[in-house]
Amino acid sequence: MPAMVAGMPFATLCGALAIAKGLSPAEVFAMSLLVFAGGAQFAAIEIWSFPVPVFALVVSTLLINSRHVLMGVSLRPKLHALSGSQRVLGCFTLADENWALAERRATVRPISPTYFLVMGIVFWANWVLWSLVGALLGPVLGDPRRFGADFAFTAIFIGLIVSLRTGRRTGAVIVASALTAALVRVLIGSPWHVLSGALAGFLATAVLRVDQPESR
Amino acid sequence: MTLDGTTFLAIVLMGLVTYLTRIAGLVIARRFRLDGRARAALDALPVSVLAAVIAPTLLTSSVAESLAGVVTIFAAFRLPLLGTVVVGVVAVVVLRLALGFSR
Repeated sequence: MPAMVAGMPFATLCGALAIAKGLSPAEVFAMSLLVFAGGAQFAAIEIWSFPVPVFALVVSTLLINSRHVLMGVSLRPKLHALSGSQRVLGCFTLADENWALAERRATVRPISPTYFLVMGIVFWANWVLWSLVGALLGPVLGDPRRFGADFAFTAIFIGLIVSLRTGRRTGAVIVASALTAALVRVLIGSPWHVLSGALAGFLATAVLRVDQPESR
Repeated sequence: MTLDGTTFLAIVLMGLVTYLTRIAGLVIARRFRLDGRARAALDALPVSVLAAVIAPTLLTSSVAESLAGVVTIFAAFRLPLLGTVVVGVVAVVVLRLALGFSR
């Protein structure tokens, strides 16, 4: 499956960057196992410091993953073949890639419980496995900055932002968020830039009255 | 192989709120219809969080990162995610060499 092959280098990189930030392989394993959300994990690792900013990490994770709410809203009517408990368990592995695949599948034929649950578990296991590989190989490979690997994370986010944009107004939201974040980072420091940037983007959305967003 | 207490707490809470976002959509879809501003605000949140996380690297670290960011943005409009990352990484390595590895 091409989507899984594409996930491998990201998971490996995620593990390696986490190790460079001072997390242990066991902690990387636990995070991939319990959180299983690439964007949120990259963001968490970026703002990770000691003492651990628990509140900022949790809020940043919540905000980045808030897109799952929309994904769930859109997918729910297509999951009628699943029982209640299958949905409650199955949605644990809901993520960008398998959500997109499930939506595509639903346009052709109904989503069966087997399809949805097996696909979720495969993506989940794939992510956990390769992030652990990255965590174990990271120290062998050395400083990620040597290969520009630290910038891979920034590039991933740029790619995600471009693919998540819903129209021209998104540009204003991004500018408001980015400028606020850069300013707060310089004036106040990490990790508060994430919250203030997100808030600025949120206010920009409200001010711009985005009435007809494209559905995702 | 160590698990720090506070780190583990953070990870568990991160997992918990993430699961809440996953189950919330299924629950909401049964009870409410999200429309207009509520939907737009939710739609814009991931993008503004992602932008806030990377903005300091792009705008305040060094010229190499800023220029590589511009290159990467152009790439992102034309290439799939993996290609975008390759272009971004190559750009930052080349620019750091050309402009001096400084931070």
